Amino acid sequence: MAEQEWMSEVRAKVGREYGRVYAWDEVNAPMIRQWCEVMGIDNPLYTDAAHAAASEFGGIVAPPAMLQAWCLEGLHMNNYAPGSTDENPYEVLKMMEAHGYPSVVAVNSDLSFERYLKLGEKLYYTTRLDSVGEEKTTALGTGFFVTLIMSFFSQKPAGDEKVGQLLFRVFKFRPANVPKPAEKGAAPAVPKYKRPQPGVSDDTRFFWEGVQAGRLLIQRCTCCGTLRHPPAPVCIDCHSFDWDTVEASGKGEIHSFVVMHYPEVPPFEHPNPIGLIDLDEGVRLVAGLVGVKRDEIGIGQRVQVEFQSFDDGELTLPMFRPVAG
Amino acid sequence: MTSKNSKRFDDVRPGEALPELAIPITTTLIAAGAIATRDYFPGHHDMEAAQQLGSPHVFMNILTTSGLAQRFVEAWAGPAARFKDLRIKLGAPNYPGDTMTFSGEVVRADAASREVDVALKGKNSMGSHVTGTATLVLP
Repeated sequence: MAEQEWMSEVRAKVGREYGRVYAWDEVNAPMIRQWCEVMGIDNPLYTDAAHAAASEFGGIVAPPAMLQAWCLEGLHMNNYAPGSTDENPYEVLKMMEAHGYPSVVAVNSDLSFERYLKLGEKLYYTTRLDSVGEEKTTALGTGFFVTLIMSFFSQKPAGDEKVGQLLFRVFKFRPANVPKPAEKGAAPAVPKYKRPQPGVSDDTRFFWEGVQAGRLLIQRCTCCGTLRHPPAPVCIDCHSFDWDTVEASGKGEIHSFVVMHYPEVPPFEHPNPIGLIDLDEGVRLVAGLVGVKRDEIGIGQRVQVEFQSFDDGELTLPMFRPVAG
Repeated sequence: MTSKNSKRFDDVRPGEALPELAIPITTTLIAAGAIATRDYFPGHHDMEAAQQLGSPHVFMNILTTSGLAQRFVEAWAGPAARFKDLRIKLGAPNYPGDTMTFSGEVVRADAASREVDVALKGKNSMGSHVTGTATLVLP
């Protein structure tokens, strides 16, 4: 699809360098100590002058992950330290906003460090608009991945020295679902994710009731004795409507498998291995695998059923665990 | 807590798992982390402002997530480890009342440079809040 015309204006800005943004404060011990206190970091390199003096730095250094914090504007938005540029490194996001992409979410923060920072160093950074991706649709909505690279420098009389870099990527998008404003005064809660419940019909009810009771039941045609799974109303062999069930031994082997890596969907564990199991009785079913190392799953691996309870007993599922051949 | 005994390069093998670290996410931690990193964006300390953005509550800022990731890696590696980089990818937000549990594993060890890469993941009840990699130089 041809790109909208206004995007050529955005693309023309890729590669542009934006001017310096200075730190309000030089690298200093009180801000380091408070940062460490909040983060729960007790590395003496950052707070214990005697320990730090004995290190290769000869004194206290700043925790590397603090790099970006030194140059943030602080309480008042866009109130940067004196000497900072008036240019807006985020100008392409404003352009996208004007064309119907109002939301933004940070995706990547890649910090790299040339060296650790000592007390008294005065920093600034410059920004380069590194790239703007093609329009993409994600679970959040439709928009653009925008990547900025900020280079951090320490001011030195003999020439400023690069000390680190931040690759910062955001997704600027039109939301797929406009979020509902939260109810005023409603008890804020972390959303709780549960496993989806199976769709239970008259044909499949026996299976799920069996699982709930810790039994793996297979449908059997009472006319010709053929076993079938998944459950169905009619015998696949003789077309009889008459059936009962037999309890499977729960033993079988992996016919095939898949390991889900991405996207990570809560509340499932990832990587999430799922098996297609040949039961010894001769039918095949799909179920989660437990107790397997990803690299050790193999076709033909012997497995045994076990029943796991999820979501405070709301759901029981048959899962298969490897056993010795 | 950071171990005072640093890992030495020769003690580390790819596949080694880091001790898990569970961090209770509180309003205080989110707000304090935002201020300690000089990030005064209202969504990190003002619940009503966060709710107007469509969030149920204040949410953790990225710089705090980076700080906590550093803590997780450093708690294992010790004070003699030196960070070369810390690359993170953001996922589900951290809201108050949740718990984020870090897990990690050594995925590369290069004898020539004494560098090790640690893959890390911080999970909360909604999924992965953060995944990433830290590169360290070990003594």
